[in-house]
Amino acid sequence: MSNIPKELRYASTHEWVRDEGDGTFTVGITEHAQELLGDMVFVELPDVGSAVNAGDDCCVAESVKAASDVYAPLTGEIIATNEDLENSPELVNSDPYGDGWLFKIKAEDPEELGDLMGAEDYANSIDEE
Amino acid sequence: MTNKTVLHAKHIEAGARMVDFHGWEMPINYGSQIEEHHAVRIDAGMFDVSHMTIVDVTGSQAQAYLRYLLANDVAKLQEKGKALYSGMLNEAGGVVDDLIVYHFDAENYRLVVNSATREKDINWLNSKAAGFDVTITEKPEYAMIAVQGPNAKEKAGQVFSAAQNEAVAGMKPFYGVQAEDLFIATTGYTGEAGYEIMVPNEQAADLWQQLLDAGVQPCGLGARDTLRLEAGMNLYGEDMDETISPLAANMGWTITWEPAERDFVGRAALEQQKAAGTDKLVGLLMEEKGVLRSGLTVKVSGGEGVITSGTFSPTLGKSIAMARVPADHGDTAEVEMRKKWVTVKVIKPAFVRNGKPLI
Repeated sequence: MSNIPKELRYASTHEWVRDEGDGTFTVGITEHAQELLGDMVFVELPDVGSAVNAGDDCCVAESVKAASDVYAPLTGEIIATNEDLENSPELVNSDPYGDGWLFKIKAEDPEELGDLMGAEDYANSIDEE
Repeated sequence: MTNKTVLHAKHIEAGARMVDFHGWEMPINYGSQIEEHHAVRIDAGMFDVSHMTIVDVTGSQAQAYLRYLLANDVAKLQEKGKALYSGMLNEAGGVVDDLIVYHFDAENYRLVVNSATREKDINWLNSKAAGFDVTITEKPEYAMIAVQGPNAKEKAGQVFSAAQNEAVAGMKPFYGVQAEDLFIATTGYTGEAGYEIMVPNEQAADLWQQLLDAGVQPCGLGARDTLRLEAGMNLYGEDMDETISPLAANMGWTITWEPAERDFVGRAALEQQKAAGTDKLVGLLMEEKGVLRSGLTVKVSGGEGVITSGTFSPTLGKSIAMARVPADHGDTAEVEMRKKWVTVKVIKPAFVRNGKPLI
């Protein structure tokens, strides 16, 4: 069974979101997602400063198996990306909820977080797959 | 009904992620495909290849039969144990399968053919045997373990008996020898030194464990694919099939044209293809980020082609592919990737050998 931290929110497309408490949110892909994709070889990150709408494909996680779109879970502005992934894309595999984070969003409407799933709902959703 | 090899329990024990591979439940990786790949390039890795089909061909006309069946000529095999890679063609000059044949004497040969094509191959072997005094016998009582990498022979040597070590001492690449219960061959599918070992089913799990204890890394089908692609070795069903000429699959070197009077299945069609010219299988190298994948369209000066196998090369740190393209191709090609065209280099389809980049 995959690790699904209780304190995070989840999109059905396997992104996780951490509320940093200052209107910014950190985004990555779940342990389940990286297991499905296998070894990550490239991550194409969004441009810092770009505006994204919830549901936009804004990032590509490319593994030995496939290239997979990552969707912005919230509407807002990309304020940071994880530059370590340039040389160490495997961080997404080894530490998906920590050093393998992808980007940070300054949310236009933090209330959007409520549209995402809690850990239990996400766990159920991947059980059904 | 899914088939399982006799090593299935060992894979589960090692934490393998299992996948269906043409009806066989096989390990795709044991954690990280890329780490497994590197283990084979710098140390030693092992693969369960028990799903592959072993067939013995014996009888007074075994040689004559194989000289008819195969595009390569087994008459070139003179030394006991010497092996040969060949395509087995249909009358239209397409590839029914690719295989390795070991020569023991003119009446005794052993073939190793692909697992995905097992039933088709056995039917083909039998149908072409009409009129020849040969016996075709599958050998399901053997499992097979490939041990590959610069330290593979040394580590396997720790597991072999004294007699087995003596039997393989100084054995050149592409030979096989029966040594006590094991058939040990200096063949492989990775571009590294090593052995492919046929072992009686009931001894396979023990041999696997001993190799594990000697420090050999279990490797799954994922690493097997990236290793063979780096080595420029074809995968049947991807890089060629029944509709593809060996001349369009970088297998021209496996066709023995002389003596001209040797009639082999597909020869007439092949001669026409050669005269008319065929597409070519080339290597592609991409400097940009991204991964070339099979099925993508390729444009070269002479027209359009297709990627037959593509992957990320862990050794080179960039993407490589094999592509079948018109013979009139330059040094670059355009590949359609995720809505844009990317320029890639066109090179010979061989990227890494013995741990060293060839490019």
